[in-house]
This record gives sequence, structure tokens and C-alpha cells, in this order.
Amino acid sequence: MAAISRDEVAHLARLARIEMTDSELDHLSDEMEVILGAVARVQEVAGAEVPPTSHPLDMKNVYRPDVVVPSLTNAQALSGAPAQEEERFKVPQILGEE
Amino acid sequence: MTLNYSETIEKYEPTLGLEVHVELNTKSKMFCGCATEFGASPNTQTCPVCLGLPGSLPAVNEKAIESSILIGLALNCSIAPFSRFARKNYFYPDMPKNFQTSQYDEPICVNGYLDVTIDTDEGPKVYRIEIERVHMEEDTGKSLHVGGATGRIHGAEYSLLDYNRAGIPLVEIVTKMIPGTDKYAPEVAKAYVSELRDILRSLGVSDVKMEQGSLRCDANVSLSPRGSGTLGTRSETKNVNSLRSVERAVRGEMIRQANLLEEGGRVIQETRHFQEETGLTRSGRSKETAEDYRYFPEPDLVPVAPAAEWIETLRASLPEKPSTLRKRIQESWGVPDKEMAAMVNADLLDTVVETVDLGADPTKARSWWLGEISRIANESDVTPQSLITPASVAEVIALIAAGELTDKLARQVVEGVIKGEGSPREVIEKRGLKVVSDDSALMAAIEAAIASQPDTAERIRGGNIPAAGALIGAVMKATGGQADAAKVRELLLKHLGQG
Ligand SMILES: [Zn+2]
Repeated sequence: MAAISRDEVAHLARLARIEMTDSELDHLSDEMEVILGAVARVQEVAGAEVPPTSHPLDMKNVYRPDVVVPSLTNAQALSGAPAQEEERFKVPQILGEE
Repeated sequence: MTLNYSETIEKYEPTLGLEVHVELNTKSKMFCGCATEFGASPNTQTCPVCLGLPGSLPAVNEKAIESSILIGLALNCSIAPFSRFARKNYFYPDMPKNFQTSQYDEPICVNGYLDVTIDTDEGPKVYRIEIERVHMEEDTGKSLHVGGATGRIHGAEYSLLDYNRAGIPLVEIVTKMIPGTDKYAPEVAKAYVSELRDILRSLGVSDVKMEQGSLRCDANVSLSPRGSGTLGTRSETKNVNSLRSVERAVRGEMIRQANLLEEGGRVIQETRHFQEETGLTRSGRSKETAEDYRYFPEPDLVPVAPAAEWIETLRASLPEKPSTLRKRIQESWGVPDKEMAAMVNADLLDTVVETVDLGADPTKARSWWLGEISRIANESDVTPQSLITPASVAEVIALIAAGELTDKLARQVVEGVIKGEGSPREVIEKRGLKVVSDDSALMAAIEAAIASQPDTAERIRGGNIPAAGALIGAVMKATGGQADAAKVRELLLKHLGQG
């Protein structure tokens, strides 16, 4: 059984707001199948004695003090934005959501 | 046919669920050192971390962890010995990273409760609101929708984003389902948010200003036919930004759902938006399911495992509970339960305390705020606190005590202050509202009253003291209410040989 169906890929594309053609969906389903297969092999290697982790280093409680450091200027913050207006990032209309 | 609220309650039982978001008042953001100050010009409090630029790495604000633990402890929660952050993935421009760093299946605090007291038909009743979880996350940026008539998304041509707020520490407090509140559901919801706000304020962890959005409530409401034992489909109302709105939103949503069900319709699980002007909710975006958010542990942050000693130190530092403080105030002022509840319900306790701290008598302060000022506030649909300051009220009360104002004149002074005519002193000056305390002027009015009602005067001379009321009334009328009634009475009785 496939690890990921074509429908699931289409669903993910919709969530990511990426428009995809039928052939792109076919292609991507195959590719993701391969990737998930590789990840599944890693799963097999991890035995019961290896606890699941979300970080490569066995660390916890890494904090920074509540101290303000200088931010970017407005111009710096917006320097990479494709569009801007009124000192803000300008983005296309967002349909069907708020 | 249309069901009203009491018909809704006859047929249906509500179940509530409340999610409160509170912005912490840390100096810097949750995962970066950007300032959190409210009202800065757009995009001047951002950095590569909170803008989600490639290669940036977040680091957790220790103070935010401390505040979250304090909140959990104050809400009688267990503090998790191990918790983690997760990515909540969604594609929406209010988060430039395309995910919100939050906590998912491993929140920092779980299983608490908060007791709230409601004034019911059978007297004060305590409702225990169970808390499911308290978790940490970050706030989103602010969108401005341009084009279209309403400033809403529909019809907007494009949106403008300010990321100053993105990354400000946010704590979400989620209740378990709250059954059994019946017709008091709107009041219980409001009392819960109010009590929670007082606790958060006493902890000093947030500004808790609902109007500025540092405390926000989402209200989940569902109805089930009375006695059916089933659970209805819930809606989630967002944008509830005042205590009064919490009550109105729950009530409005109960009525809407009941009417929908009555017409054979079906409640759909959706996000609705509260509209302050109408008190109604309107449908919002259909929510992605939890699965669609594809939560996974945040690989850039390490787990949070607070030491037991730290938790105990924080527990020992908890301030007096607002409910205990209220009990103390109630006892020292000698206020009956019902009136205390009325004051808390009207969100006037802090205001009355402030007025008393400025020297006013507690009973008088209470009566002004809950009486005259609340009445005027209700007429224009605003809060009493927005009309007049505790200092002005304390001043008016002091002027009455000094005999410079009668109650009647004081009401005119308060009216003047509310209309923006200045301080109480200035209003008295401008309107010429001075008590007629000149004895000779009063005596002239008293003699005129006796002359016009000789029979009454005779009865008083004969020892019928209660008859004096008619003459005192006549004097008060003649002086336009600017006389001190007690003084008039004293002079009148003396004049008629009864003093
Ligand atoms: Zn930042």
C-alpha cells in the first residue's frame, strides 16, 4: 500500500495554497512515496531502547533572559518584501479566510 | 416563529467551552529579543527570528516560562515535568514563518480549575470551571485588509501586514466542557473570564486589557435538547473583546442555534465572529482540522523541564487570590453578599475600591457607582468608568459630607462632569450649584412656607412632628433644591417650638 495517496498530496497542496496540475500531482505522489519509504527505513532501525527525540542534542531548558535587543529598522524589515505599502508588507488578497 | 432566550432555555441545555488567550507582559518576545511595546509604528519591532527569515534560530524567553507556570499554579494545575513546543503549520500571512510555534500534545500545565460565583435566583452559587490545559505559544501579526467596503477580507483587494505583534508571548487557557450552567451560561462565561482576568492581573503577568487585545476570549457553545443527554455540535465565536461581549456572545449564539435547530436546521462546526455593534455572530472561515495543521515537535527548540524547586519557589510566591481579597473587602466594608456580587458583576469593584482609597465612604462610593453613574452608562451603552473618574466621584462625596452639596445637587454635578463641563468644583461654579446655607435666606423661605400652610404649622406646634415633611418640601421647592434638607428641618422645628 502506498504511504501517501494522490488525494493526500492534493490535499496538502491545497493547504499550502499551491496550485498543481494533474501531472504534477502524479509526479509528486511518486516522489513523496520514495521519501516516505526512506524515512520508514530509519524507523525500523530505531529499537525500543532509542527514545524518540525532537532535537539532535540531549538538552533541555535552554533559555534567554527577558532582555530587549535592537530590532531591524522598518526599511530593513521590508527590504526583502516583494511589495509594501504604508510601512507594511503587502500581500495578495486572501480568499475565503480570515 | 422565533425563540427568545427564555424559550431557548426551556427547550435546550447549553454546554460551554472557553479559550482565553492572554498576551504576557514580558519586555521581549517569546523567541527573540524584539520589544513588545503596544502601539509602535508598523514593522519596527521585528528581526530575522520573528520574520521567519532563513537561518534564524529561536530561543525561549525564560520569563515567559515563569509566567506560564505562575498562571498554571494559580489555576490549580499540575505543572508538566517535561513539555515541548510544536509547529502548527498553516499558510496564512499573519505568521511569516508559515507556522506558529505553539504547544500541542505536551502543554506546560494541565488539569486545573477555577471557581466562580454567580448570583442565581437561589442566591450565590459556585461553579467549578475545570481547566484542561494552559499552553504557551506566540501571537500573530496584524492584518489590514484594503479595498472592499467593510475592511473585512471579503472584497479586499490586498492585505497589509504589521509583524510587531508576531512572536509576542501568548498563553492559551482552555477549559474542559462546562455543562450544567443552564440559563446562567452567559453569566458563568463572563464571570469566568472576569475572575481569570483578576487572577492574571494579581499575578502581574499581563496587562489584561481586553480592549487592546491583550486578553481575548473564544467561546464555544453547543446546545442539546433538554434531557436528551446528547451533546450538540459546537460553534466557536472569536473576537470577543470585552466582558460584556462574552456574555452577549454566548447568549446570542444560544438563541441563534436554538432557532436554527427549531427550523429543522443543523448547527455546523465553524468559527464565527462576534460583532460588537449588533451582539450577533457571523460565519467565518471554515476551520482547518487539527490534522491539517500537521503539528510536529519544534526541532529548533529543546524541551522545557522546569525543576521541582523552581516550581515550589513560584508556588510560594503566589499573591493573595482575588476571591480572598474580595472576601476581605466585603468583611471590612460590611457589604451584603448580593450587593457584593452586583458590584463584581458590574465590574465595578476595582473602581469602588479606588474611590474609597481616595477617602470616600464605601457605602456612598458603592451607591454612586452602582446607582446614578451605572444608570447613565446604561442609557448610552458605555461603561461607568468611561464616564467619570474615581477622583471626581470621591470629590463629590466629600462635598456632600462637608454640607456643600445636597444629594440632589450632587446628581447635577455628576451629570455636569459626565457632560465634560470640568471637575466637580468647576461644574458647581459654572452652574451655580451651591447649597443655600445662609440661615436668613432659609428662614425667609421657611416663613413663607408657614404662611402658605398655617394649618400644617399649627399641627407641628401641637407636636405632630411628621407633618413637618410638607413644609420642608415646600422650602426645598422654593430654593430649587439647593438647600440642605436636614438644616431646613432643624430650623423649621426650632422656629415652631419643637427644636
Ligand atoms: Zn524578533
